[in-house]
Amino acid sequence: VDFSDSYYDVNQALVSVKGSSIEGATSFADLSEARLGAPIGTTSYDYIIDNIQPNVEPAVYDDLNGAVQDLKSGSLDGIVVDLPTAFFITAVQIPKGVIVGQFPTVGQQEYFALAFAKGGSLVPCVDAALGALKADGTLASIQQEWLSDKASAPVISS
Amino acid sequence: MSTPGSGGTPDLSAPGDRPASDPGLPPPSGDRRSRVLGGGRREGSRSVTIAVVSTVVFFTVAAILIVRSPGWAQIKQLFFNGEEFRESFPDILSKFGRNVFIFCTAEVLVLLLALLLAVMRSLPGPVFAPLRVLAAAYTDLFRAIPTILVIALLGFGMPALQLQGVPDSDVFWAIIALTLVYSAYVAEVYRAGIDSIHPSQVAAARSLGLSRGQAMRSVVLPQAIRRVIPPLLNDFIGLQKDSALVAFLGYTEALRQAQIITAADFNFTPYVALALIYIVITIPQARFVDWLVARDRRRREAGGVA
Repeated sequence: VDFSDSYYDVNQALVSVKGSSIEGATSFADLSEARLGAPIGTTSYDYIIDNIQPNVEPAVYDDLNGAVQDLKSGSLDGIVVDLPTAFFITAVQIPKGVIVGQFPTVGQQEYFALAFAKGGSLVPCVDAALGALKADGTLASIQQEWLSDKASAPVISS
Repeated sequence: MSTPGSGGTPDLSAPGDRPASDPGLPPPSGDRRSRVLGGGRREGSRSVTIAVVSTVVFFTVAAILIVRSPGWAQIKQLFFNGEEFRESFPDILSKFGRNVFIFCTAEVLVLLLALLLAVMRSLPGPVFAPLRVLAAAYTDLFRAIPTILVIALLGFGMPALQLQGVPDSDVFWAIIALTLVYSAYVAEVYRAGIDSIHPSQVAAARSLGLSRGQAMRSVVLPQAIRRVIPPLLNDFIGLQKDSALVAFLGYTEALRQAQIITAADFNFTPYVALALIYIVITIPQARFVDWLVARDRRRREAGGVA
């Protein structure tokens, strides 16, 4: 596949529930004994293994629903997901859910982009359109309007 | 597996006490051998030679055709990648220990619970009707529901109750779920064995002064269980494979470990490695059961214990 340019630079975030032992976590050390979960084959799972490195083995699910169910039932202390997904989980899926914080980018910045078939002729067109949206501030104002809480999610330091 | 005489009452019209006539049970006589290579009943050494040569030629030609086919390099890279195999195999094997724990624990529970169910279902007399109904209903229920559904129901569902004292361990609920499902299958296997013991044996035991319970325990069950050892292995192997379903709950056993590596490397060799582990553990079990059955037959034919 080929990818377009980034339309949104994204960080991983930690979702938990009110009253959980990691609700107030501010550093990786606070998560060392937490049972975390993530879907298989995601950068979220890689982030747990490569960076957070908790002592408790993380749970690995077929999809996010399994992780959400186990967080709801208390089998998990927290889920690691993309920040926009964290907004969705805490706003819609888990009424008691809280975003504990977002994680700093380690290594390459992760971003959202559009995927095309290898050599897709639309890639330059989409990149041009994204460039225009960035240049006139439209993209920034959309992100501000819909994902503005990003600023309010505290950073969990390593 | 179905047998004549369902519902607990022994079917008196069942054929005599020659187990050879019971479908699905191991043939007790020694002269039935499987013929794979030989073409006929009394093949000479010449036809054996022809069979061996033709087999070798066939498989050599097939192997050459496969290896020389245009997609082979890609298949080898994606499925039989030596480097990927060496890197993933130790991880998968160590996680397979978790499967071994799950299916061994479940198997012990299955053998006990299923025996209880089979005996319950074989109880005679109107007084025991509720127990027979219960055992039949249990089998109907848990044979009908897909295993993965029972695992999801218990593994995700029970912790969601958030009741005091209810464990939220994936392994715990997986063992319970596998035990519930496989007990239903194995109870039927036991029942087939019990029904295959001719009623005259119970009558003889009773006339010697044994109670019904004693007759069941000392006369019927020892023979019945020996007869159903091959189908019991069938279900045990099924259980071993279904232990992979625990991955669904988020638990990292061997399949999930293989999936994690496959997802990261986009290579299917870890799956092949895991398949190999399953093959390697299954074949010795099959040979062991063959040996058990053969030993049992030898003892019986030598006039030992029945």
